[in-house]
Formats: sequence, C-alpha cells, structure tokens
Amino acid sequence: MDFGLVAQYLLNGIVLGVIYAMVAVGFTLFFGVLDVIKFSHGDVVMAGAFTALATFAGLKILGAGTGLFAALIITVVGILAMALLGAVLARMLILPLRNAPPLNTLLITLMFGLALRESVRLFYPDGSNPKPFPQLLPDFTMTLGNLALRLDSVSLIIVGLGAIVGVHLLIQRTRIGLAIRAVAQDPETARIMGINFERVVLMTFALGSGLAALAGITNGLYYSEVNFGMGLLLGIIGFSAAVVGGLGSIYGAIIGGFLFAALQTIGAVWFSVPAYKDVFAFGCIIVLMAWKPTGLLAERPAERV
Amino acid sequence: MTPEHRIVWPLVVAAGLAALFVVLFLHLEAQWAIVALALGLVIGLYLAARGGLLARVEIASSDHPRAAIGINIAAGMAVIVLLRDQHFALLMLATVCLYVTVCLGLTIQFGYAGIVNIAGIAFFGIGAYTTAVLTAHSAIPHLTVVIASGLVAGLIGSLLILPMLRTRGHYAALVTIAFGILFRTFLEVNDTLGGPQGLKVTGMHIFGHSLHDNISLGPLGTVSFYASYTLLALLVAAAAYSLIKRLERSWIGLNLDAIRIDETAAASFGIDVARWRIFAFTAGNCLAGVAGGIYAMMSGFIAPASFNFGDSLLLVSIVLLGGSGNPLGVLPAALLIVVLPEKLQIIQEYRLLLFAVLVILILRFRPDGLLPRKMREYLPGWSRR
Repeated sequence: MDFGLVAQYLLNGIVLGVIYAMVAVGFTLFFGVLDVIKFSHGDVVMAGAFTALATFAGLKILGAGTGLFAALIITVVGILAMALLGAVLARMLILPLRNAPPLNTLLITLMFGLALRESVRLFYPDGSNPKPFPQLLPDFTMTLGNLALRLDSVSLIIVGLGAIVGVHLLIQRTRIGLAIRAVAQDPETARIMGINFERVVLMTFALGSGLAALAGITNGLYYSEVNFGMGLLLGIIGFSAAVVGGLGSIYGAIIGGFLFAALQTIGAVWFSVPAYKDVFAFGCIIVLMAWKPTGLLAERPAERV
Repeated sequence: MTPEHRIVWPLVVAAGLAALFVVLFLHLEAQWAIVALALGLVIGLYLAARGGLLARVEIASSDHPRAAIGINIAAGMAVIVLLRDQHFALLMLATVCLYVTVCLGLTIQFGYAGIVNIAGIAFFGIGAYTTAVLTAHSAIPHLTVVIASGLVAGLIGSLLILPMLRTRGHYAALVTIAFGILFRTFLEVNDTLGGPQGLKVTGMHIFGHSLHDNISLGPLGTVSFYASYTLLALLVAAAAYSLIKRLERSWIGLNLDAIRIDETAAASFGIDVARWRIFAFTAGNCLAGVAGGIYAMMSGFIAPASFNFGDSLLLVSIVLLGGSGNPLGVLPAALLIVVLPEKLQIIQEYRLLLFAVLVILILRFRPDGLLPRKMREYLPGWSRR
C-alpha cells in the first residue's frame, strides 16, 4: 500500500473522528450534569443538518445561496435552532423525569428521536429520500503524489476541532463553565452556592445540541448528502465513543470518537466487504467494555452512600 | 382463610372480558371502533386498577394459580375458535403471543434482575435463524428445533456475559445495543445465511401433521392454518407466563429482586450476584429464542430487516408500557403495540410518529405503566390480613 492511499484513509478517518467526537462530547456533557443518556442526540444531529438545508433553500430564494457566506449563515441557524430544541427537550422531557429510573429517560429520549426522525420523513418536502447537501465550501484540491487533499475536508477538520476546543475552553475557563462543572460534581451543593440549577442544565443541553447540529452540517458538507435516518447510527456511534472514552470526560469523548473512526477505517481496509467495518468496530467496542467496564478514562468512583 | 378469599369468579369474569375484547379488537374493521376500543382498554384498565377490581382478580389468581392459567388458556382457545377462519386476525394474535413470550423474557432481565437489554429482537432473531438452519439441514423433530433455538439464543447470549457482568447501567445498555447492531449487520453481509434477502423456512410439522395445512371441518367450514400456530404460540406464552409467575414467587425471584434493588446489600447477604445476573440474562434470551423459532416457522420467511433496532425498542416499550416487572401488564401492552398500528390504516403513514408520542406521554405522565407492579407477597394473601 502506498503512501497516498494511507494518507487518504487517514484523512477520511480524521474527518469521521471529528464528527464522532462532536457527537460524543454532547453525550458526555449531558451525562456529566444530569447522569442521563439522551438518545435522541443522533436525531438532533440529523435535524440540525435538515434545518441548515431548509435555511439554504430559503437563502436561495433570497438570491444569496452561494459561497462561504451562505455556509456561515446555515451553520449559525442550524446551531441556534438545535440549541433551542435541546433546551426545550431538557425542560419538557428530561428534567421532569429526574427521579424516574434511568431506563425511562433513555427510552423517552429514544422515542423523541424516533418522533423527530419520523417528522422529518413525513413533513420535510420529499423527506423520505436522501437529499443532496449543497457544496458550499471551495472545492480546491491539492494533489500530492496520489493523495488528493481536498481543501473543504481540511477546513471541516479545522472547524470541528476548533468547536471542540472552544467547548472545552468554555467549560474550563468561563463562569458558566464553572457552574456546569459545579453541577456535574454535586447538584445539591451547587444549588446551595446559589447556582441556578435549571438554567445550567438548559445551557448544557443547548451547548451539546448546538455541537450536534455542527456535527450534522459537517457530515452533510463532507458527504454532500443527508437523509432522515442518518441520525440513528451517528447517535449510537457517538454514544459508543463517549462510553468507551468514559462518560463524563470530554477528553474521553474525543479519544473515543477518534478511536471509533480508527476502528472503522481499519475494518474498511481489512475486510473486502465494506459492511463488515461496523461489525468489526462494534465487536471491538464490546471487547473494550469487557476489558475496561467504565471506559478508557475511568469515571471517578461514585461517592454516593 | 375465610371463604371469601377463595372465590374464583373474578378470574372467570376477567378472562371472559379479555377474550371478548380481543375478539372485537381483532375482528372489527371500522377505524373509529378500533380507536374507541384502544382508548377503552387503557381507561378501563386504569379505572379497574383504581377501583380495586383488578386487585380482586389478582387475589383470585394468587389463590388459584393453576385455575388462573387454565381459565386463561380456555379464554384464548375461545378466541381462536371464534376467529377460526380469519387468517390475518389469527396471525396478529399469534404474533402478540410470541411478543408476549419475548417480553416475559425481558421482564426477567430488567423487571426482576435489573439488567438492561436493548437487543431483545437480536435474540429473537437468533432463534429464528437457528430454526431456519436446523429445519433446512437436519431432520430433527420440529418441536425439538424450537427448543434448540432457545438454547442457541441463550448460548450466543453467553458471549455477552463477561461484558454484561463487568458493566452497569448505561454501559451495559451500550453492550447490548452494540450487539444488536452487530447482529443485524452480520446477517446482512453473510451470504450463507441468505444475506439481505433472508431465508425461507419450512412450516412446522408436529407428529406428521403439517401446521401449514388448513383444517377442514366438513360442513362446519375450514379453520385457518394460522389457528394451529396461534394455539402453539398461546400455549408457549402461557407456559412462559406460568414459569415467570412461579419464578417471581420463589426464592430465585427474591434473589433477583434483591440484586436489582441493591447489589451491594444483596452481595453482603451472601447472594451470588454474578450467578443470578447470568441466570436472568440467559433465561430471558432463551425465551426470546423459542419465540423467534416459532415465528420463523409461522411466517415461513425471515430476513435481517425484521430484526431492527426499532423492533428492540418496541419490545422495551411493551415491557415499560405494561409496567416493568409485572407480567400481567405485558399482555395488554403487547396487544396495543402490536395490533394497533396494523389495524389503524388511516394513520398507517403516521403510526410510528403517533406511537412515539404515545410512549413519550406515558413515560412522562404514568411512568409505572398501565399496571404497576405490586409489592411482593411473601405469604399468599398476607396483604389482606
């Protein structure tokens, strides 16, 4: 195998890893503050991509549907819409179930995801078919040997990594990040210290869902296609990545995301049948879970009595 | 024990009403009638639970455990006799019975032992594929094949035992989700198992009689061949139900409840947590496998597309809708979730959406399900003293 092909696989794996990591960071954020798994996350990714697509259609009517400017606008609209959706979801479905068994939260969000998926399929014009996603980034290709370095994938990687680093800085360096960390550590004490618990939870869900929208748009721009069912697998992969990394840890989510992308890429190279790459990746995940039951970066042991 | 505690009639009335309901629900075609019946079932169950009527039925059934099973089987047979020539109604009824069996298996897993299994349909599918392979390549009697399907499902499930024992909660959920997806993808790319096109399965033969033949009763008309499958599925579901009820009452059920509620406390009382988790997981998967085997023979054709992640969610929804840990709740929940989308054709296109919204509303406003589980009865009738 020559250098160009290896580099091509590597580049593809990195883009996938960035997308997965963005989804996984959402899972880990929600788990951190509320100890819940929000299974509709993958469908929020999908809904983000479709919101962007709808915005693009609107822009085209206004005659502004080209270039970086349009890309920026649809991204911002998608992120804001999904942030709002995430906050509403947390307020209406997740916070009221705080004291119910965890399985109920898992199921209610799964069902919300199904509702979201079905809504897009039924109510988006021709939503049941795959939709082409506009090619908005400059399609400049640099050729190094037999490696075709697409400028748009490089910029997607940069934007995605930037978003993850931004979220990390937000959590580590700002007041709202401090509040999120306080709530994650001990909700009761955080409340006593005057932190508005509900607002922090809603902010976290908005943050994670906005990131999911970005992941969806990245996915759409990279593959030039979106469909209503893309969220299911993306959500499960993001969840796997977060769990393998260790729920509640942002670094873990990033490592998990890239690990899953690496496993898929290795699986794709290894097996002649492309569909085996998911069998391989999920098989490895099960083995990893048996080896490290609480993820690679282990969760702090629970201090509950 | 005073005589009033030994009465049987609430059981008979309840079984009769249930049978009447099932017949109407499967027989009627008018859309408004279906909606009215479904709403009536939910509201009726709620009122019966509120007004103490259901409690009387439960008292009667715990006083007469054998009679309860017998009466219910009789009611089920009455339904089959009434619907004898309607293929579609019987097919749905048999499917409901098989789903009940799988969900009873899931009840052992997360209702009693607290093990999250979101790959229920994968074990159902393993049973179905085992049956397909065994009937095609061997001459093993078909009833044995069905039992073997259950055993194979349990055996393949044991691959997951190590990760399941070491993980808890959400992590364990991931293991089963990953397994479910792995299973489906594996089937789709595996050519010896038919790939995406699936496999044909021969119908069941019991003692030389093919269950795929319509039964002619001469002047009384013919009985749909689905009637025999429905009867078989009904008997399997009844056996599973009676097994679960006994399991719950026994010290095994007590151990399982203990490890669900507090693992540490259970371990410190000398309960072998690992052993009972393995037991619950394997027993549940075996039930799913048996149901899958019968399903394969009944439908005559299986494909990976029938064993989706969404179907696993359906199974979990049935258990939660009925009331986690209450086997009785599985029956109306399975009936609603399996039959309603098939019957309500006006909303066919929107059924998944409506169904998702329905489950969200139930979880939000009545999270214990239609029939919440009661406190354990340590001695028969002790709560009445």
